[in-house]
Amino acid sequence: MQAGDAIPELKVTPDRWLPHRYAGASGDFNPIHIDPEFAKNTAGLPGNILHGLWTMAQVARAATQAGGGDPRRLRRLSVQFRGMGFPEKEITVSGTVSRVEDDGTVVVDLVAEQDGKQIVRNAEAEIAAG
Amino acid sequence: MALDRSKIGKTYAPVDYEVGREKIREYANAVGEANPIHHDREAARAAGFRDVVAPPMFAVVYSAPAIAPAFFDGEIGMNFARMVHGGQEFAWSEPVCCGDVITTQASVKDLYERAGNEFFVFETVSTNQDGAEVVRGTWTAIVRGG
Repeated sequence: MQAGDAIPELKVTPDRWLPHRYAGASGDFNPIHIDPEFAKNTAGLPGNILHGLWTMAQVARAATQAGGGDPRRLRRLSVQFRGMGFPEKEITVSGTVSRVEDDGTVVVDLVAEQDGKQIVRNAEAEIAAG
Repeated sequence: MALDRSKIGKTYAPVDYEVGREKIREYANAVGEANPIHHDREAARAAGFRDVVAPPMFAVVYSAPAIAPAFFDGEIGMNFARMVHGGQEFAWSEPVCCGDVITTQASVKDLYERAGNEFFVFETVSTNQDGAEVVRGTWTAIVRGG
């Protein structure tokens, strides 16, 4: 991989109950993620929203796949959460190689988008040389 | 509430987490990690791991019990009504496998204001039963409008 190369896009559509399964898997049962009534009436949101760390996990998957699928090569990932993600709408994670370090580490800039809005931005992954 | 920068450096009690195979599978299924190394012991061993290996972002599972007391620390005083999880970073070292006991310690890394918002930055350092670092997490919460 060289600077400017795009990594393969990752597309995923979380189903209606995905936030419940992720709540169980992660232990984060904040009702804004799993209770549409609470999200709307108490939190003032359009509906229950995806866990940001689930969306970050999709960015991590895209970065891992870019590194050939070996999770050991993913050395670092930083993200900023902006906007909100929702169930039942497709998310696209895309990325571009920003530079290659002297030791072969590939640095990739990534973004996760849904409905044309960035829900994870300024993400940066370091993928060690294979 | 004004930020109390004297709390930078405050540490919290380390928390142990024993990594279970079914928990890794449950997490991998929830995030769509289909690689058999996260599901099947033989596939993991064939790839050079001791046992079923956790996906990198499984870090949130074993770090959560350690970071929670920092987030909810009254001395830090985050206003949750206006708080958003603004950013997250993980830097990974040793892989985490089923059977590992991961110890995570949280600390306050930075507290600052920028453009009228308060930034609360916490760090977690996780080590395995051999004392090797497995991940270092940086958790940034933003309270809008201070």
